Amino acid sequence: MDHKIAVNIANVSKSFGSFQAVRDVNLQLRQGEFFSLLGPSGCGKSTLLRMIAGFEDPSEGAIAIDGLPMEGTDANHRPTNMVFQSYAIFPHLNVEENIIFGLARSGLSRAEKREKASDMLSKVGLEGLGRRGAHELSGGQRQRVALARALVLEPKVLLLDEPMSALDKKLREQMQMELRALQRSVGITFLMVTHDQHEAMTISDRCGVMFEGRLAQVATPHELYQKPNTKQVADFIGGMNFFDGSIKANGGEKLDVELPWFGQVSVDAHGVSDGVGLPVTIGLRPERVHVGSRRPDGADVAVPARVIDRAFYGETIHYYLELEGRADPLIASVTNFERADHFEVGDPVWSGFRGGAAVALPRK
Amino acid sequence: MNRVAAVLSRVGRLLPAYAVLYIGFLYLPILLLPLFSFNDSKVLGFPLTGFTTKWYAGLAEQTALFSALKNSLFVAVVSAVVATSLGTLISRAISKHRYPLRRTSQTIVMAPLVMPEIIIAISLLIVFLGIGLGTTLFTVILAHSLLTIPFCVSIMTSAFGQFDDALEEAAVDLGETSWGALRRVTLPVVAPGIISCLLISFTVSFDEFILAFFLSGNSPTLPVYIWSQVRFPAKLPNVIALGSLLILVSILFLLAAERFRRRSERFTTQAE
Amino acid sequence: MTLDKNARLGLLLATPTTLYVLLLIAAPVGMTIAYSFWTQDFVDVTRDFTWTNYREVFSDPLYRTLIFRSVRIAAMVTLLTVLLAYPVAYHIAFNVRKNKAMWLFLVTIPFWTSYLLRVFSWKLILAQNGVVNSTLLWLGVIDTPIDALLYNSEAVIVTLAHAWAPFAILPIFVSLEKIDRSFLEAAKDLGEGPVRSFLRVTLPLSIPGIIGASMIIFIPTVGDYVTPALVGGSDGAMVANMIQVQFGKANNWPLGAALALSAVVCVTAAACCLVLGLKLIERSLK
Repeated sequence: MDHKIAVNIANVSKSFGSFQAVRDVNLQLRQGEFFSLLGPSGCGKSTLLRMIAGFEDPSEGAIAIDGLPMEGTDANHRPTNMVFQSYAIFPHLNVEENIIFGLARSGLSRAEKREKASDMLSKVGLEGLGRRGAHELSGGQRQRVALARALVLEPKVLLLDEPMSALDKKLREQMQMELRALQRSVGITFLMVTHDQHEAMTISDRCGVMFEGRLAQVATPHELYQKPNTKQVADFIGGMNFFDGSIKANGGEKLDVELPWFGQVSVDAHGVSDGVGLPVTIGLRPERVHVGSRRPDGADVAVPARVIDRAFYGETIHYYLELEGRADPLIASVTNFERADHFEVGDPVWSGFRGGAAVALPRK
Repeated sequence: MNRVAAVLSRVGRLLPAYAVLYIGFLYLPILLLPLFSFNDSKVLGFPLTGFTTKWYAGLAEQTALFSALKNSLFVAVVSAVVATSLGTLISRAISKHRYPLRRTSQTIVMAPLVMPEIIIAISLLIVFLGIGLGTTLFTVILAHSLLTIPFCVSIMTSAFGQFDDALEEAAVDLGETSWGALRRVTLPVVAPGIISCLLISFTVSFDEFILAFFLSGNSPTLPVYIWSQVRFPAKLPNVIALGSLLILVSILFLLAAERFRRRSERFTTQAE
Repeated sequence: MTLDKNARLGLLLATPTTLYVLLLIAAPVGMTIAYSFWTQDFVDVTRDFTWTNYREVFSDPLYRTLIFRSVRIAAMVTLLTVLLAYPVAYHIAFNVRKNKAMWLFLVTIPFWTSYLLRVFSWKLILAQNGVVNSTLLWLGVIDTPIDALLYNSEAVIVTLAHAWAPFAILPIFVSLEKIDRSFLEAAKDLGEGPVRSFLRVTLPLSIPGIIGASMIIFIPTVGDYVTPALVGGSDGAMVANMIQVQFGKANNWPLGAALALSAVVCVTAAACCLVLGLKLIERSLK
């Protein structure tokens, strides 16, 4: 499938003195996609964003936007615009003046600018609020003004630096959907930086996960969740149970693994090419762990366990299962059906899983 | 202990009344001057004899007074501008830049606040005369600027401290140059702070006596002029009238400065 | 030393102001110290190092008295101001619910007016035919005006106690305001009466504010010129008046410089004692 490349990041690194913030990142953003850079604080995602915006220069490597190399181009001349974490709404200007701020050198007449502003206000759902003062805006409104202000300049790429972190949970969920709809209606490439993996997974077409300056994996949210490249990625995206085992046979697509407690099971090889006898880590999502009072039918492997704790999340219940001799509990996530079995702390249960539900993780 | 407790708790109930009386005591001197300035008597005491505005009218004839007033205005305006400019520059540096000896420079510029004025006065006198500058309004300006820089630094470091860094970056991101961002975003947002500095520096300089006394030489400022008139009982009512006007002006400037300082806070803190 | 752009610009911005202040303080104070070791004969200044001036300051009873009186007056002013201001600061911190800022602002307004005018006003209040006397005469409380209100140390002390009021109220207020109210509630829970909880919780915790206020008042007061000149007469004259004379009519700048620096040394020593004393009180109350 041929995608037009909006942003090409080639071998980009950035050091601050002796500290390496970004290490050899290669990434291509496709035209019109919503891409999220995801990772824990300090992983370098904001630095990468700022290099694309032009606020920092790469120590090594090159960035090109729409095919044009950006080296030597200052932030104010790049075809990008940014929504800052604090939104940076100019406090001395009203909403309309904020939005047309960047149009000052465009040569447009006052009337044309006001028309563009009012267009933008409708797009972001703030019709009629042009005259509002900056200090009279709520958190969600400020975000929209920041979006309008950036988008009115018709950038090739819109950069968003943790745009939801200043909002409370309910508002955040609402704004996530609105942001997604806005991106589709405007049609340009959005690049968002966030540490909230749930948010990234919900609204992005693709995500890039970063740890300590390196890009660990770039994939669709589904792929990231089902087939994480490394244990680090797997752990960051949702909860996961890990087991260390050894390879009994490597059939290319499938891997036969000998696991403690469970015995031998055939799992998705997921690119692991190690040979027989070598160690391998298996990842298993909590919702693929079966919990029942009897030995499960559909599972390939099963063991007895004991419920040592449980957490009620409304739609799901998490059971913390103790396998004899294992330090960490096995976490199972069960949908809260009326008719399903409910277990108490201390109950003995059977736990198991299907081989196809587990995935091998390359040892780093 | 119980008797003491009983006494103290009764005293405690008197606290609000005491507070009000005390504050009245604080305002007593500055209310007295205007009161007597309208009194038709050369003797400044009770009982009051009659209402008159002649002491104010009489001020118009004092040429020496106007000359001193002009000197005070000139010194106050220039030293306010100097102090505000110098204060703003270093406040920006302290708040937004990491440079070597930052804390030291901050301590140094706040130093004039803790030094006894008499020491500043004689030291500057020694040096200015030593290098041939003499005692002129120019030397008074140098001294008053020195005195008011700490006020400006205090106000502006607070203003810049609350100023969201992202505002300038956002302006650049939207297409402005660095100077454009300064002009269109930074200055307007900290403008209330700057105005507050100007007003406070002006007021402090306008009312200042000791440094002007030592350094103004043959061109007295208004407080120095008032000092020279204090010896003459006949002139006292005029001096009181003048003093009352000055008190009024000072208070008005202070209220204005406070309004601008509050407005500055409102501008910058809600950018969070 | 290589500096990044941010640091270079910072230095550029900070240097003019720092140099300005440094030059106008360091050089002059340095010259003053130098002068204190020289001698002056009418117009000629002899720049040979000598301790003469300092010897004169500490041996001549006139100067000794002046310095010690200045320190004593400053101490009295500090004590009086702090004592009178404390209840007001307490009231604003604990009894006033809304508009604390307004109360504090009200307290500071008078002090933005000319110091000279305020002291002059006190002169009018305390004069023989001034406000106090004429009111008392008018009310019939006294038959002849009281002479002793003006032109002595007491007049200086009262006037200065007025002038420094907000500088006492504000630091004490700040330290009272900082006291965690839950301490006081805990004391109440444990059955302590309001007096005991004041003595055992509030007062000790407010001592840093008291120390701050005392330093702000004590140190500059020793060097005050205007108040003793207007209301002190000869009994209430303080060291700054004599320093001014040396720089004026007496034309003995080196002596004036020595006097000024001696006063600074004495004040610093006294201030240290004051702080130590207050800290001892703090410890004993805990």
